[in-house]
Amino acid sequence: MRVKIGRIFLYLVLVAFAAYYLMPVYVLVVTSLKSFAEVNLYRMWDLPHSFSLESFRRALFGGMGYQGLGPNILNSIIMVIPATLISAALGSVNGYIFARWQFRGANTLFTLALFGMFIPYQSILIPLVQTLRAIGLYGSIPGLILTHVIYGIPITTLIFRNYYATVPKELVEAARMDGAGLLGVYRRIMLPLSMPGFAVVLIWQFTSIWNDFLFAVTVAQDPAVQPVTVALNNLAGSFIVEWNVQMAGALLAALPTLLVYIFLGRYFMRGLLAGSLKG
Amino acid sequence: MRRRIKRETLLSILLVLPSALAILVFVYGFIGLTAYVSFSNWNKLVPDYTFVGAVNYLRLFQNPRFVITLRNLGVFTGLFVGGSLVLGFLLAVMLDRRIKAEALFRTIYLYPLALSFIVTGVVWRWLLNPGSPQMGSTGINLLLEMMGLGFLKTGWYTDPRIGIIAVAIAAVWQMSGYVMAMYLAGLRGIPEELREAARVDGASESQIYRFVVLPLLRPITFGALIVLGHISLKIYDLVVAMTGPGPGYSCDVPAYFMWELTFRANRFAQGAGIAIILLVIVSLLIVPYLRYSLRREVEA
Amino acid sequence: MKFSKILAVLVAFGILGFAQVGSPLVLDKPAALKDIAVAVFGDASYAPAIMRATNSKALVDASFARISRLDEVLPSGAKVWIPEEAWAKAFLAVWDPNRVEDLFGGGKLVVGSWWTAGGEAEGLDALFGLYRGNYPDVVIVNATIAGGAGFAFKAVLKPRLIAGDPPDTFQLHAGLEVEGYSPETYLRPLDDLYSIFGWDKVFPPDLLTLMRYEGHYWGVPVNIHRANVLWYSKEIFAKYNLKPPANWDEFFQICDFLKSKGIVPITLANAGGWEAPHLFETILASTLTPEEYRGLWTGATPWTHPGVTKALEILKKILDYVNTDYSAHTWDTVLEYIAAGRGAMNVMGDWAMGWFMAKGVDVGWAPVPGTKGVFDALSDTFAFPKRAPNPINVIGWLEVCGSKEGQIAFNMRKGSIPARTDITPAEKAQFNPYLQSCMEDWARDAIVPSVIHGAAAPESWVVDFKDAINLFLVTKDVARAQAALVAAAQAALGK
Repeated sequence: MRVKIGRIFLYLVLVAFAAYYLMPVYVLVVTSLKSFAEVNLYRMWDLPHSFSLESFRRALFGGMGYQGLGPNILNSIIMVIPATLISAALGSVNGYIFARWQFRGANTLFTLALFGMFIPYQSILIPLVQTLRAIGLYGSIPGLILTHVIYGIPITTLIFRNYYATVPKELVEAARMDGAGLLGVYRRIMLPLSMPGFAVVLIWQFTSIWNDFLFAVTVAQDPAVQPVTVALNNLAGSFIVEWNVQMAGALLAALPTLLVYIFLGRYFMRGLLAGSLKG
Repeated sequence: MRRRIKRETLLSILLVLPSALAILVFVYGFIGLTAYVSFSNWNKLVPDYTFVGAVNYLRLFQNPRFVITLRNLGVFTGLFVGGSLVLGFLLAVMLDRRIKAEALFRTIYLYPLALSFIVTGVVWRWLLNPGSPQMGSTGINLLLEMMGLGFLKTGWYTDPRIGIIAVAIAAVWQMSGYVMAMYLAGLRGIPEELREAARVDGASESQIYRFVVLPLLRPITFGALIVLGHISLKIYDLVVAMTGPGPGYSCDVPAYFMWELTFRANRFAQGAGIAIILLVIVSLLIVPYLRYSLRREVEA
Repeated sequence: MKFSKILAVLVAFGILGFAQVGSPLVLDKPAALKDIAVAVFGDASYAPAIMRATNSKALVDASFARISRLDEVLPSGAKVWIPEEAWAKAFLAVWDPNRVEDLFGGGKLVVGSWWTAGGEAEGLDALFGLYRGNYPDVVIVNATIAGGAGFAFKAVLKPRLIAGDPPDTFQLHAGLEVEGYSPETYLRPLDDLYSIFGWDKVFPPDLLTLMRYEGHYWGVPVNIHRANVLWYSKEIFAKYNLKPPANWDEFFQICDFLKSKGIVPITLANAGGWEAPHLFETILASTLTPEEYRGLWTGATPWTHPGVTKALEILKKILDYVNTDYSAHTWDTVLEYIAAGRGAMNVMGDWAMGWFMAKGVDVGWAPVPGTKGVFDALSDTFAFPKRAPNPINVIGWLEVCGSKEGQIAFNMRKGSIPARTDITPAEKAQFNPYLQSCMEDWARDAIVPSVIHGAAAPESWVVDFKDAINLFLVTKDVARAQAALVAAAQAALGK
């Protein structure tokens, strides 16, 4: 009997926290279903009197004087997929090396790479732009992809390194006995086992690159190539703000990453369980 | 055998070389350039690389706004990192107890991670807007009123004494799910035998947590600290979307102030100074911990 | 000379007479561009202008000749386009003879601004429409980035300027904001275009003074906004029989009265960090004469002036009557108080009118107490970067922006007034009542430059000014705030 009450209490607490986490989504959804005349700060919690998908339509296809998010969502997709895949591949190779093959200075190198993750990106905006310009990639999606790949190296390497460190030494030893070299071990042992690690990295990178605003707005100038984060900010306008369209736009822009989390979340968990982020 | 090892060492260096070079240029090269700029005279749009010593740093510390942002950063980091760790751990412990619909709860706690800080900022701006006596309460205050807890209302980010705490609440909301996921994975990784053994020895549940579980979770705590600390220092998008600098700069953070200095006031050299100061703070906190932890791993 | 005398006469009188409009010309005898230029404009150097104009037309209308070389001799029957003289002159002023590609028309026009929603986007669209009518061969790229006062836009524009890859033209506040773009290095001075297009005669002298920096003009103004407007709820004022206050004493009387009725007397926003400093600048315009106010920014008036102290004290007193949640509101959301009848007054620029109109609120307006006869002005202009990728296309754009047609079309949608002084009463009648009264004030009030909106001071000073006021809102320490303002002035003026 005592256990049962304890369990009920536990569920109550979990539900209470769930409400805390879901509150903002409620506001987002409810506001985006309202019309502009109905949107009101002081009646935020009210359900819409009439459901209107107008704000979604305007957010996607544009309205008076502004462009919709549609083309920009496409740009984001074109940018995110290669960037994620490349940085995951690099992270896997680097992580493998750092986990298994200690050459002199490897630890120092790894620490240096990791540390580089902490710099505020504002401080490198100007040298970044000048460098990208020098190699002719400024103002383009490939330039953005390159930027994200490079600045994603530390975190992807970290995740894979931690993950590969959990692979039992015996497996590696056995493979080496069979005559496998550095690449052989990678191909035969590590890669097949990498799925959980890739799950974590792909999801993490997809999310951070998709949600990035600073690089997007700095490197990709032409509205035709801007990712969705910048377009979402544009929806805000400099003066008259249509809150319901903004909220609808925010929902639309967040949809891909939300879907990834909801449907692929279990792979993320599996990857974590397999030790990717043990530290 | 020796030759094979030597060749493999060479190969391993070659494989990481591209990444290493990229980091060298795009991180350390740029940091070096930023450091140099912070000692230069570049305070107009046209680059001016004349060396002027530490004048920019002096100006920064004489600026009351900058000092406030540093204090805010300290408060924010403490609350954000501490809050996320505690909340994440609590949620993980609860979820570890074989809950029905665990996957559902997990998804609910985890999904904020999927959102960008801009989206979070916009929504929490509404949620933590206090409203006013004339227009009525709104957001959380309105909810509190509706639940009969009206006495808990505060000015949230309009109150200069609270300011950055409101931003921390939104940030914890976003990131605590990630901490929860990590701790859950870690908890699941602790063999039941260890806990059984401790129970057999007569330890209470809380003692088991203190002396068995938590120490084993230390690597996760470390990993979470790195990720959270890194996000905390760079916090910018959230402040832009949610509060702006706030009354009396109570919500202002160095990254935001750096942006204004660099791109509005054209004080590139001073902005670079803030970047270097942030870097120094990071190194003081993170590097020793990094090296200690790595050395421990090597020993293990 | 290969023209017959009759044709020469026709050309000399007929075409020259229509040189303002731009028109086609069909050759009845083979001729070189130089000859056409001499016949039409009396000057052979106009040849490249004709070549460019014709090639532009040829891109959309195949009946026009395609000219591939400057010295080409065109056959009889070839159709060329004679551009209007002003444009041709501008072309010559702008064109770099090394850039042969400019002679071939087409290309893009990349327009950078932060006008992305509401009436401003429509206004911009109207300008685009006019431009396309004249230059259908050009592809317009609308490179806008949202964010009030352009904070995101500037972060993007500046690295581009430094990297030598700017847009063709971009939005720039009139006045000292241009200092932040180091114009001597990155922008093209527009003095020649001003005299060619007659802008130095049609914009008011006070505005021209504002537009001049380091002795040159750097942008073409499209509009004028007024910052010192007191908006008030007609409903509340009618209910309690109130009149808009003419000075601060009357103002505080009204405030005391309204506060006792549970209404927010004066609403304030400050989420953007600029709205409260905006209010402060209008107070400054009331405690100082226009001369003294202008002197603050040149060093002629010291910031220790008692007028500044008085302004700070007035702001401090106002804080007793504002809504408690001001730091949660942007300039537009706080107007909800007035819309709901819970707040009585608000000080904001005349872009607030657009908000009231969209919400259907019948609002009253008056100059900020103590500023009758003073017009606190700001203006949006378009600048011409030195390394614009399509410089010839920019000429047409600036021309449209500075033209009467363009300004009327733009301002009617944006809710500001044209910068030009030659708007006829009939044209004025097309604007709403507020804008009409604004235009009258613009013509006769003393003009002072807005500081928050980039006219009076360079951006670094604006940031310092803003910071001092924002801190003052919380500390309410008049002496400290004034000292900070003095220090800001010293830092900016280099004293």
